[in-house]
Amino acid sequence: MWPPDPQPPNLGADVLRRSSGSYRRAPTVGAASSERVRSNHDRDKGGSGGRVTSFAMSSTPTSSASLHGWGRTAPTLAHVTVPRSQADVAAAVRAAGHRGVIARGLGRSYGDPAQNAGGLVLDMTGLARPPAIDADTGVAVVDGGVSLDTLMRAALPLGWWVPVLPGTRQVTIGGAIGADVHGKNHHTKGSFGNHVLSMDLVTADGGVRTLTPDGPEAELFWATVGGMGLTGVIVSATVQLHRTESAYFVVDTDRTRDLDELLTLLTDGSDDTYGYSAAWFDTTTTDAKLGRAVLTRGSLATRDQLPLKLRNDPLKFEAPQLLTFPDVFPNGLANPATLRAFSHLWYHKAPRRQRGAIQNITAFYQVLDLFGDWNRVYGSRGFLQYQFLLPFGEEPALRRIAERIAASRHSSGLNVLKRFGAGNQAPLSFPQPGWTVTVDFPVAAGLHRFCDELDELVLGAGGRLYLAKESRTTGATFKRGYPRFEEWRKVRDEADPDGVFVSDMARRLELTGR
Amino acid sequence: MIDAVGNPQSVLLLGGTSEIGLAIVEAFATDRPMRVILAARPSERLDAAKVRVEKLGCAVETIDFDARAVDTHADVVRKAFAAGDVDVAVVAFGLLGDAEKAWTDVDAAVELATVNYTAAVSVGVALAERLREQSHGAIVALSSVAGERPRRSNFVYGSTKAGLDAFYTGLTEALRPYDVGVTVVRPGFVHTRMTEGMKPAPLSTTPEAVAAAAVDAVRNRREQVWVPAPLRGVMSVLRHLPRPVFRRLPV
Repeated sequence: MWPPDPQPPNLGADVLRRSSGSYRRAPTVGAASSERVRSNHDRDKGGSGGRVTSFAMSSTPTSSASLHGWGRTAPTLAHVTVPRSQADVAAAVRAAGHRGVIARGLGRSYGDPAQNAGGLVLDMTGLARPPAIDADTGVAVVDGGVSLDTLMRAALPLGWWVPVLPGTRQVTIGGAIGADVHGKNHHTKGSFGNHVLSMDLVTADGGVRTLTPDGPEAELFWATVGGMGLTGVIVSATVQLHRTESAYFVVDTDRTRDLDELLTLLTDGSDDTYGYSAAWFDTTTTDAKLGRAVLTRGSLATRDQLPLKLRNDPLKFEAPQLLTFPDVFPNGLANPATLRAFSHLWYHKAPRRQRGAIQNITAFYQVLDLFGDWNRVYGSRGFLQYQFLLPFGEEPALRRIAERIAASRHSSGLNVLKRFGAGNQAPLSFPQPGWTVTVDFPVAAGLHRFCDELDELVLGAGGRLYLAKESRTTGATFKRGYPRFEEWRKVRDEADPDGVFVSDMARRLELTGR
Repeated sequence: MIDAVGNPQSVLLLGGTSEIGLAIVEAFATDRPMRVILAARPSERLDAAKVRVEKLGCAVETIDFDARAVDTHADVVRKAFAAGDVDVAVVAFGLLGDAEKAWTDVDAAVELATVNYTAAVSVGVALAERLREQSHGAIVALSSVAGERPRRSNFVYGSTKAGLDAFYTGLTEALRPYDVGVTVVRPGFVHTRMTEGMKPAPLSTTPEAVAAAAVDAVRNRREQVWVPAPLRGVMSVLRHLPRPVFRRLPV
């Protein structure tokens, strides 16, 4: 039984709040030295048997912490340890109890892939030495716990750019590979895994394997890309950066009357002339205004494209955090009325048509990184982000889904539509040629049924869901969207036959185990 | 795992033939089929319950469970968790008994106290141990407004439910740090087999309504619910009435 401390974890006075990881931490209970140590050999695979759970943490202390994802839903308690070295990671993996272990980065996945109820969670942010970047080749060797923000700040002064950036830079290298994240440049540069030259993975046996995309263990490499940490712990990776002359974008903006006009703009060939492209669209308007949108597209500016005053310091990285939201927002603040008003303002504040604006990364790309803990605005009940993909040719389904959302009681303010390019060979990588749509719903009565309905529309049209955002579908529905799931499963099970790596998401979607 | 919008993957019903308990299982299962474990004494009613739940697409397992055999409870709960995590455990077994016999016949009184209180505590302790270990999940305990203020008409039943209510209310706090939710459901008069032939009290309700409230409470992590909801206010008033007044009320 645990925690070994006779007192339940006191989550009141001793709570440690971390703005980045969004979890509360109970007081450290130290190494569970008084408990019986279980070796890997007697690990009980059959769920919770009648035995005592215990952990042998050789070097790093363990604490109990309630963990949840960025959506702040479904928290569960786990043992958390902060490894400081590859050896710490290997020791922790070898000593994982019968409820297994999973790595956690900065907690930006919306659902439950980086939590492990009753088991062990490795807080990877302790494994984050400064990135080593070759200024001539742009090859970066980065620890698994380093954030893309840190990598970008290290690379920019040398004239190198992180090839794939999701909507926030507050994700770790391990997380970026595990979820195979994508950005506004997917149609030109693919997803994060495409730019990884090699990685070091601590596997279930506690050993370290160096994997490359086309080496002898290429299968495990591609099972790890998009594998949500279930193949092992990514302790470091080598990433190919891209050259850039500036940290600014040249941006064109188009406002469209409706969804059809948006899709036309995205398919008339113009999209490929921009490195980066994504649209915000309105899900609160119907009929003639259904899916009216603001499409912003741009490319990294060359030095010559910058106005004179920026040319002196073209690689200056302007990414301040303006404010951190306190945890005081009531449930229901994000409601249909406020979200409709927000959508109206967002649409009308955008220029109807603008060409060649020079914008920095926060203005063009990662607006939400200006705010810390913005997920608190949704209140204690949290929210869920629903991101799906529809193949090209399923535009009628896209329209039906937009109509369905607009007609429902569930409103979303932050909606993104993007055209994907080619996918990579990772079996669980989300991006495929098609349309990806992201909507945010505050948790409210009836949302579970509504999302199940959306699942039917998405899967019925040959689409799929994105694990980094997923928090509520069924295993069967998820797998329906990934025809290569069993192929992934086979590689995973070979690398981890005893099911050492497990997460709440893996249990919920039956990704591992029996 | 219970997901972000409150869908469980597995439910254990202790009192596998309880009408309210089965209604709770059905309310969850109509939204999404799941794994169900029905714990009860083997009987035709249990077989019928299994068929009823299987029709909703659930995988159903039955376990032999006798509330009176307190020393077997730890084993029953262990078996229930053997095939994997249990997301929601519903403590639904209970007796109503003959109210007059219950305070005049010592065997009847002890049986009521054993099943409704001692057994509820016994499975509660065993469930708590398992749920702490898995560090997620929820318990639903069926209490009763009869436990809020004892009435002359059924005070032995009321006293057992008062005990159960206090235990699970305390367990709510004890399990909170483990991210395990406990919901105490306090229905009024429910039209079931147990109350058949009795005169319904005001604000009477149905197993389906109790189930809807219980499911809603689990989804929203609420810890205390009355069914129907207005009973909360009514009971608050009744609890504070002077005894001479309360005694004269037709409740």
